[in-house]
Amino acid sequence: MTATNLVLKNTYRDSVVLMRISRELEAMEGIRQATALMGTPNNKRLLEEAGLLATPGETATPNDLVLALQASSPGLEAAAAERARHLLESRASAGTGSGYRPRSLDGALEALPGANLALISVPGEYAAREARRALDRGLHVLLFSDNVSIDDEVDLKRRAVESGLFMLGPDCGTAIINNVPLGFANAVPRGRVGLVAASGTGLQQVVCLLAAAGEGVSQALGVGGRDLDDRVGGAMMLEGLSALEVDPQTEVIVLISKPPGPSTEKRLLARLETASKPCVACFLGVEGGETGPGPVSVASTLDGAAGLVLGKLGGRPLSSRIEPRVQDRVRALAGRLGGENGRTIRGLYSGGTLCYEALLIVRGLIQEPIASNLKLEGVPTVGSPSGVSGHVLIDLGDDRFTVGRPHPMIDLRQRCAMLTTEAANPEVGVLLLDVVLGYGAHADPASELAPAIEEAIRVASEAGRALACVAVLCGTDGDPQDLGKQRATLEAAGAVVVSSNTQAATIASALSRGDLGLIPEMSS
Amino acid sequence: MRDRYKGLLGAELRVVNIGLDLFATALEEQGVTVIHMDWRPSAGGDARLGELLERLKGGAAPRSPDGGQGG
Repeated sequence: MTATNLVLKNTYRDSVVLMRISRELEAMEGIRQATALMGTPNNKRLLEEAGLLATPGETATPNDLVLALQASSPGLEAAAAERARHLLESRASAGTGSGYRPRSLDGALEALPGANLALISVPGEYAAREARRALDRGLHVLLFSDNVSIDDEVDLKRRAVESGLFMLGPDCGTAIINNVPLGFANAVPRGRVGLVAASGTGLQQVVCLLAAAGEGVSQALGVGGRDLDDRVGGAMMLEGLSALEVDPQTEVIVLISKPPGPSTEKRLLARLETASKPCVACFLGVEGGETGPGPVSVASTLDGAAGLVLGKLGGRPLSSRIEPRVQDRVRALAGRLGGENGRTIRGLYSGGTLCYEALLIVRGLIQEPIASNLKLEGVPTVGSPSGVSGHVLIDLGDDRFTVGRPHPMIDLRQRCAMLTTEAANPEVGVLLLDVVLGYGAHADPASELAPAIEEAIRVASEAGRALACVAVLCGTDGDPQDLGKQRATLEAAGAVVVSSNTQAATIASALSRGDLGLIPEMSS
Repeated sequence: MRDRYKGLLGAELRVVNIGLDLFATALEEQGVTVIHMDWRPSAGGDARLGELLERLKGGAAPRSPDGGQGG
């Protein structure tokens, strides 16, 4: 079946608006495929690969909206195009409540005197330029966009340090500044823990675990996943640490990252030795224990870090037990996964740090080959789980999956499709995933994931196999999605739901190995 | 607090949102002062021409590759 393209000249919309339009069109009777994208070279390549690029779309520019359709009749395509126009008009007029939308940064600064932060989430190829402009005008920057070169990152952070500004990102998914969640961030109480993280979901997991134990956050600064790369040298983590040392609300400082570059690690540890407040450093996979003469503790996991923080504050300890009813579900699943049933794990994560941590935990527990799109020594690199034999953990927030589409915490379509595809693989016995709540994330992720989980379990069951689905639900009682409702919906679909990624990865490993003794609470 | 962070930490947040509309909406819902820019690619969407124009205006930058919109 051939595709039809409709090009709307000079009609720019962001990727989230385009995703919503695509979904509404695909829900129309007789529409087999509908994709709304801006006509960038990358997007046109994606359309071509999907067999959806037709003549008018080939000449579209990045400012033109391309509507690619496959319908069962030409009349339906016209109806879909009309519907798209209507949606675009209504969305253009809807927007945010403030009304006036300046076309330039200077216009924005005139309209909002005293602006102090630019929150930037434009497509990566334009992001560095917008960030540079904002820094030049004296604004602190939170740069959510990914697909920004490391050269640009080095340049932006150098400029920021020279000007006394924060340059959070690129690829900074989260921050909580003055108790305001920015980007993807959870609603947490105001408190005495200050965090700087080169890992968005790592930060989110720790603040959620702390909130569950009654501890709040003074400031939480995401600095972007490459800040501790030796080329960037921890520029913003060091600035953040200095800021938290003098912040009167902060009593304990937490640093979170994947393992830093060797010279940056040395520099950071030397700096921590002179820190004026108690610190917890979590460089995932770096072994824990008290280090050095200063008050610095090192954790190798995220819930280990939360536990150390609570210990330093002398508050309520971290509740590390898996609830008895969850243990019962795990036991029941273990019974069904016996015999010839496939047992390999498919991890489909939206959070890069959570995926990385799971990779470390699963690798340590199952002692079998495991592949991933994340780089870790001794782990073969794969682009996607399809057609790969053995355990695979995939970070769907990786740049390759986000070109031309929203982040997987917003757009769950890819992940839902993968869940059912992987369920059909006879090798697969355990699905492992994260569900991250908070501002910026999907308004009701369980409503989309639950049907996909049910379908995955049904697909496996029809093939005579059992399938376990284990999910870490990262959120707080204050988050807009309703934590309790999300948990109930996922559990009703058949998932085992826990609030710690360490627990989720441990349960997945135990089910895969057929050895519940790997789960500390269930080892007796 | 060191002077250099006074403009942000502990101050009232006043945000210019450039990009995804949903982030401006989330801030408005929390009562944060935010202005949402009607952003679209400059130079007709030609990133390289945009860089050239920026250089002419004095904001030189290293080359950045094509990219996407994510977190």
